[in-house]
Amino acid sequence: MTEAMTEGTGQEPEEGASAPRPAADVQWYDDDAGPMVRLFSMTKGRARPTEEGLFDLISMIAATDRAEDADGEGEAALDLEHHSILTWCRREPLTVAELGSYTDLPVSVVRVLLGDLYDAELITVTRPVPLAQLPDERLLRDVINGLRAL
Amino acid sequence: MDSVRSDPATSRGQWPGGPAVALKILVAGGFGAGKTTLVGAVSEIRPLRTEEQISELSRPIDDTSGVEAKRTTTVAMDFGRIDLREGLALYLFGTPGQDRFWFVWDELAQGALGAVVLADTRRLADCFPSVDFFEQRGIPFLVAVNCFEGTEVFAPEDVRSALDLDPGVPVLLCDARSREDGKNLLIALVEHAADRRAGAVVPSA
Repeated sequence: MTEAMTEGTGQEPEEGASAPRPAADVQWYDDDAGPMVRLFSMTKGRARPTEEGLFDLISMIAATDRAEDADGEGEAALDLEHHSILTWCRREPLTVAELGSYTDLPVSVVRVLLGDLYDAELITVTRPVPLAQLPDERLLRDVINGLRAL
Repeated sequence: MDSVRSDPATSRGQWPGGPAVALKILVAGGFGAGKTTLVGAVSEIRPLRTEEQISELSRPIDDTSGVEAKRTTTVAMDFGRIDLREGLALYLFGTPGQDRFWFVWDELAQGALGAVVLADTRRLADCFPSVDFFEQRGIPFLVAVNCFEGTEVFAPEDVRSALDLDPGVPVLLCDARSREDGKNLLIALVEHAADRRAGAVVPSA
């Protein structure tokens, strides 16, 4: 909670696999980096969001109208990382995977933070449509045509 | 949004300016088989990581003696997004290569449209676990033989028999660096998935 997060912009893919560590040129990896105190403190020790299964990797997250008011009372208890996520999904609805990549946070952490935002009604979540419910023939045809047109 | 559907399951996901339907395709295969290359060839690739608590699943493999403080393990993946049309996007996920991350595979595989299993003929056995995984879960998949330069080119039928694949599983040769090849793999996979669904699902009114 004490370290400032860099806004998740412009991270080159090559650098994206490790969290930026300010105030040091040396980057520590794996065991050298020590326990993940920072990540656990960010999630207040929670390893799972409140609603298990809500945040699939391709669940679509959008900021609600409430979140448009950046200084709204609902955001008082939010950390920098919450704001970073909100900033990203205000631009366009994004999947959980994209939010993890753009904010350079592990997906497991993003899920917990998204749970907070969901509880505060600052985001809406659309789970992926179960494949069994998709109007498959037409949709899959669209996928094939779309791929051909790439 | 020009494609309004009456199906409540999909209309719920109508976004102004965002994909309404997100589909997931996995790219699997042994370490060094070309998963990252393939995802990068057809989409803008992005790194993705997750911190997973070391659980019973990985404890026997993750020897934590001497580093007792470490309670999580980092799993790195690749993913890419392909926008097909307004309201329809395809997300590719390169699965973690190491077997000890099976628990991540289970989540990745949930709801996946299908999977591309990349095979390197020099280490064909490396893709057995992937083939087993998708076979057991009934997820449509195809095997793409990545033709590395300087390696002997195998006939698809030889690869099929070496991997003991069902006759219906497509086997294609590819160059994972080629965008065109990557596109054709994905098209072949979706066609395969469509065929399988057409055979398995009773069309609704």
